[in-house]
Amino acid sequence: MCERCAIEKDIYLPRLATLEKKRLMNPTEMYLRLSVDDGEPFDFIPGQFVEVSIAGAGEVPITVSSSPTQKGYFELVVRRIGNVTNAIHRLRIGDKIGIRGPFGKGTYPVKEAKGRNIVFVCGGIGLVPQRSFVNYILDNRADYKELVVLLGTKCMAQRFFHSELDAWSHRDDIRFMETIDQVDDCWLGNVGVVTTLIPKIETELRSALVFICGPPVMYKFVLLALQEANVSKENIFLNLERKMKCGVGKCGHCQINNFYACIDGPVFRYSDLSIAPEAI
Amino acid sequence: MNTKRMSKDAFKRFVDDLISQQKQKVFGVCAKGDRFEFEQLDSASQLRLDYDVTLRPPGRKYFLPPVETLLTYEVGGSYQSVYDDIKFVLIGVHPYDMEAINQLDRLFSKDNFDTHYMKRRHNATIIACDVVTASKDVFASSMGTATVKAGFDVLLTDIGDAYVMEIGSQKGDALLATAKEAVDPTVKDTEKRQAVWAENEKRLNKHKLNCEPAYLPKLLERAYDHPVWEEKAKTCFSCGSCNQVCPTCYCFNVQDDVKWGLLEGNRTRCWDGCLLDGFTKVAGDHEFRKKRLERFRHRLYRKGKYVPEKISSPIMACVGCGRCVSACLPDIANPVNVYNRLIKDLGIE
Repeated sequence: MCERCAIEKDIYLPRLATLEKKRLMNPTEMYLRLSVDDGEPFDFIPGQFVEVSIAGAGEVPITVSSSPTQKGYFELVVRRIGNVTNAIHRLRIGDKIGIRGPFGKGTYPVKEAKGRNIVFVCGGIGLVPQRSFVNYILDNRADYKELVVLLGTKCMAQRFFHSELDAWSHRDDIRFMETIDQVDDCWLGNVGVVTTLIPKIETELRSALVFICGPPVMYKFVLLALQEANVSKENIFLNLERKMKCGVGKCGHCQINNFYACIDGPVFRYSDLSIAPEAI
Repeated sequence: MNTKRMSKDAFKRFVDDLISQQKQKVFGVCAKGDRFEFEQLDSASQLRLDYDVTLRPPGRKYFLPPVETLLTYEVGGSYQSVYDDIKFVLIGVHPYDMEAINQLDRLFSKDNFDTHYMKRRHNATIIACDVVTASKDVFASSMGTATVKAGFDVLLTDIGDAYVMEIGSQKGDALLATAKEAVDPTVKDTEKRQAVWAENEKRLNKHKLNCEPAYLPKLLERAYDHPVWEEKAKTCFSCGSCNQVCPTCYCFNVQDDVKWGLLEGNRTRCWDGCLLDGFTKVAGDHEFRKKRLERFRHRLYRKGKYVPEKISSPIMACVGCGRCVSACLPDIANPVNVYNRLIKDLGIE
């Protein structure tokens, strides 16, 4: 056997984690709190993802939703949509699941963002990965300037993180704005898609770093709106979702032209993507 | 490293010895109908080193098998890595397939080290051989892969009644240490080999690429919106045959299989293909390369740009074996036709 084979770990072998808490936040989104069993630290940077293994069902890539400032556990939010994610929803407290990762060299630029205004634009479940960095900033609030979070949700039933969002909207150190596409009588807030919130931002946008995460169709329109607001491409970051099977840059599914979403992303600087027409 | 010579009969005896020693499995090129394929050898007489091209590329067949078990698991319990730790010899790998293996080696050891691929690779001893019969679609001469300089453990060159054997590694040295009939080659032998190489550099060229292969990344930089992609892709069946026969395609899918008792199972990986519809489909039915054009273009960009740039390789990820040309039913897969058309329309800058 070669020397490296003897030292290197199996990149496909999950470590075990235990489900500590779960909560259905709306008809499709499940909140999960997990801790790894081997006692080794689980260190990650906001934006990194894990491959969640349900033995017998398979693996899915899910970005960590909690902030690394919270130690001893991590949180995921999983939408029930396929075989594996449905199996995740059926898990019970105390069940063991497999975890690989954290993966991804393209993370939120935690250091570069220091001393800057920060804007998050989230579409629906796109809030989940962004929440990791939002909470990281809130836990290191003095390092960053103004913080704006925009959230657009399709309908009332798909809202989630109700109490956390409520808390954000009552804090002075974060400007949180929310809108709903299709409303009913119970909603008294903004109505429309998330781009309608961008003109309402009072923070100086030109020097701000803007982070976008949402369904694929959203990016095009948000980018147009940001262009109108004169935000430069270097200051825009996109969280790109792709099919990821291996998570380690081998299987080829997540390739976006020259990039792999799993190792070069999942967070990309918009100006870097000029050579990747498949990105948007 | 060292060079030896062995008569063809002596080489047969050497292979028979390898088989009978049973220290390692011996795979070699055998006839399969009117085609050829790598199979386990029972006797050296099965070996056909005059073959043109094998159905499946040896690198993928043996180091990244069509289906392999990565892990076993207990449902709700732990996962265990699975390795098949078998030593084996591959006899008859052509230079273009050897270059493909060299590329896979770099891809599977770069960034994240893939122990499943690499263990198999290190368990293998490769006896490569220079091409005797050119296949009907080979264009290795155009891609700079008609001969090979590295990666093999032993390289055979047919010089008529004998083989000149170049030893490329310690593994090859150890293998030939048991070959009593290997002698030092004469000057004439090495001259003959040089002539074979020079001839192969020219003649393995049924489709001629009109530029240096190293120019392709630059060419493709300007070709993203060229009409040729749509023209070719409109007759594509999205069958993935070109992916399946390609020696440098290595995309795979990972799946869980559960045994009847629903208590344990295997996690397997199997070949996948970027030409297949659904290759990029994610939850919510978003498909990132939904059009045939996009998938067709992606394959040729991977061969001529993405992969060589990823591993900074002067050799393209198309090694000119011609398998895709033969496998493609609508006859659109030939990379040379597409690249030449781009050269014609866009010129060389």
